[in-house]
Amino acid sequence: MKRRDFLKSVSGLAAGATLPAMPQVVSSAYADARSETLLIVSEGGPNNLDIHGVGTNVPGYEVSWNCYDRLISHEMKVGPGGVPYYDRDKFKPELAEEFKIDDMSVTFKLRKNAKFHDGTPVTAKDVKWSLDRAVSVGGFPTFQMSAGSLTKPEQFVVIDDHTVRVDFLKKDRLTVPDLAVIVPCIVNSELVKKNANEKDPWGLEFTKQQTAGSGAYKVTKWTAGTEVIMERNEDWVCGPLPKIKRVIWRMVPQAGNRRALLERGDADISYELPNKDFQEMKASGKLNVVSLPFSNGIQYIGMNVTKPPFDNPKVRQAVAYALPYQKIMDAVMFGLANPMFGAAKDKPTEVAWPQPHKYNTDIEKAKTLMAEAGLAGGFETTISFDLNFAGVNEPLCVLVQESLAQIGIKTTINKVPGANWRTELNKKEMPLFTNVFSGWLDYPEYFFYWCYHGNNSVFNTMSYKSAEMDKLIDGARTAAATGDMATYDTDVKGFVDLAYTDIPRIPLYQPFVNVAMQKNISGYQYWFHRRLDYRAMAKG
Amino acid sequence: MLTMIGKRLMFAIPSLIGVVIVTFLLTRALPGDPAAYFAGPAATKEAVEQIRKKLGLDKPLIEQFFRYTNDLAHGDFGNSLTTGQPVAAEIRNRLPASAELTLLGLIVSIVIAIPLGVLAATRPGSWIDHLCRITTTAGVSLPVFFTGLVLVYFFYFRLGWSPAPLGRLDVFYSAPQTVTGFYLIDTLIARDFEAFRSALSQLILPATTLAIFSLAPIARMTRASMLAVLSSEFVRTARASGLSPATVIVTYAFRNAMLPVITTLSMVFSFLLGANVLMEKVFAWPGIGSYAVEALISSDFAPVQGFVLTMAVMYVLLNLVIDILYGVIDPRVRLEG
Repeated sequence: MKRRDFLKSVSGLAAGATLPAMPQVVSSAYADARSETLLIVSEGGPNNLDIHGVGTNVPGYEVSWNCYDRLISHEMKVGPGGVPYYDRDKFKPELAEEFKIDDMSVTFKLRKNAKFHDGTPVTAKDVKWSLDRAVSVGGFPTFQMSAGSLTKPEQFVVIDDHTVRVDFLKKDRLTVPDLAVIVPCIVNSELVKKNANEKDPWGLEFTKQQTAGSGAYKVTKWTAGTEVIMERNEDWVCGPLPKIKRVIWRMVPQAGNRRALLERGDADISYELPNKDFQEMKASGKLNVVSLPFSNGIQYIGMNVTKPPFDNPKVRQAVAYALPYQKIMDAVMFGLANPMFGAAKDKPTEVAWPQPHKYNTDIEKAKTLMAEAGLAGGFETTISFDLNFAGVNEPLCVLVQESLAQIGIKTTINKVPGANWRTELNKKEMPLFTNVFSGWLDYPEYFFYWCYHGNNSVFNTMSYKSAEMDKLIDGARTAAATGDMATYDTDVKGFVDLAYTDIPRIPLYQPFVNVAMQKNISGYQYWFHRRLDYRAMAKG
Repeated sequence: MLTMIGKRLMFAIPSLIGVVIVTFLLTRALPGDPAAYFAGPAATKEAVEQIRKKLGLDKPLIEQFFRYTNDLAHGDFGNSLTTGQPVAAEIRNRLPASAELTLLGLIVSIVIAIPLGVLAATRPGSWIDHLCRITTTAGVSLPVFFTGLVLVYFFYFRLGWSPAPLGRLDVFYSAPQTVTGFYLIDTLIARDFEAFRSALSQLILPATTLAIFSLAPIARMTRASMLAVLSSEFVRTARASGLSPATVIVTYAFRNAMLPVITTLSMVFSFLLGANVLMEKVFAWPGIGSYAVEALISSDFAPVQGFVLTMAVMYVLLNLVIDILYGVIDPRVRLEG
């Protein structure tokens, strides 16, 4: 029997079996529920409902963003393609009614009618307790707070029941923006304290399982790895009441099935699909596909500059001339990325990040540089990537391998399991690798501070150290804090130029966030965290 | 009978202790550092150390082991870091999902495979024998996830007969109150027939996929075993005594051919239960297979240990049930036991 015949016979069999379920009786309650419910399908779900928790994953951030309020948030502006995009420079009050920025502090007046989900009013002591918690629990939240020079509980001062002051440790342009990220969310302190114990003074075990906030949504059911159900908080006062009453978020591990669910109209929104699927869905026009660049994000090829042969800038430049940039854009990204290469020779450096470098695929030039470095015969090395993002990384590395072979660099591909990737990065021993970095705070000096500064953070994956670079980065940070924009501009241009001549990491492209949704879904907004904000969305 | 069960359970204890030790050591030997993984992408070295301390991973291995066994003795399997839930509760919730699917798949498979095998054995070389051979070969040679995807593609995406492959129930039905954990039974107990139909229609495609895959061993084993029995002397005697063919085949031959089939069934069942990981991925099924694999990918020790331990216990129990069934089917086994 041929496979085709076999399939036919099996389909016949299954068809018989499916019959009893076929005439779907749709009750009217069912139809109503559908029109006010948003059904989201994605690959992974949260592992913790509280961003302050130990090891909360990225889907967990989405829950936190929608179920908790912050003192302030960002205004929206019109982004690329007319899609609402958060405005980096404009803040709006959220839980605060108004706020005033002084020289060395910022004072927030809280909304008097704001209540937590259990009905207790939100007061200044909740705010203080929550911010204390964020700077004290350790791990990611504390790290993120410190990025804005928020490190000590003494910085948060209760003035009266509805007034809180945040004192600055030093002048830092990132302090106020850091109060609008996901981490400084306001938690119901009385409720959590009741459920805390000596071993767990901040009640992390309690908030892991349930939301204790004042946000526009509250989690009513969470089955880890399966689904999250959120209901609208009818008493939310920090903005207009959201239109979506209920959000059902289901985990569907199979990308093909997520696409089928969208195309059949059963699911409303999905992300995390392969680029090829997004591109095809875009072309077919049945669904709305939004593609926006990651703010402050770049996929790059990194080289370990502490060890030969990549300690030689000529070799690094040779690699930069040998990479198959355009092929990667076409065959791996299907055009869904902003190129970060091949800027015109005479294009002046801008005070912006990310911006394209001037390297282009030029094998002859790469060969000359290799010869100048005394390595005309080439060498052998390994190129590593994170298997968690194999969909992009694997074809990308194969293309790079092919290209580098042309200038005599023989590479073996090293696939690192996701669980192991961070450990490997931390060791700083991989000679050649590809990775993505993107910062929540969209400032060039923020990116460079983590990725190029000699204090050698985890993200300085190349172990790059240069006194000149450090001077420029520190200079830009100080200049930004004091408002000395002329120095700031020169320093930013300076460090971008230096990063591109020394080229320890070679930017490839700025990836896109892709979200596919039904035509009747409106109100998608792009946020720095790249997750969904249900509050603005509507159906129908 | 009771002494036999008691004896068997006693014998199982050393193997369970072995399983506990081996899984503990194996999970520790895995590459990857859970502390670095759960500290998140933006963690500093200090943050990773803080997490390591919180997870108790800074302690010596032997102390970690004693703590683990002590917790086990109190029924505490530890907490999963990927899902954030206690492992014992997760397994309790997820095992019925896998078991319901596997059992239904197995029942469908038995209903088709055993008659097919018996018919093939009674008419060797006929069209039905060929049909049996071809169906089973085709079924076993197609990988489960492939069959699953093909079925989803036709019956959900193309034809729209089947509901969306979104797990055990349509998203707008709420799960019935848990009595057995099997939705088909619980919905009936709750007299919620709409939910029952939804649960059944969600089950049909994945169960069919599993059934297609498991047809082969059952049908082939039935056929082989029937052939052997049918050519034996007591069958010839029965035939010679003028008993009707139906009596000969069903009462005499089939019962005697059952033993190897039962053994195969137990193997197929345990194999399916552990191996339907891919199915659970295709149908977004909240079972234990996908749970264990996700935990393994993120170096999450507790669920992996819990999963292996649960499976070991299930194997022990399953073997016990099979041994008892042997006794029921074949009195000789009972006497010897």
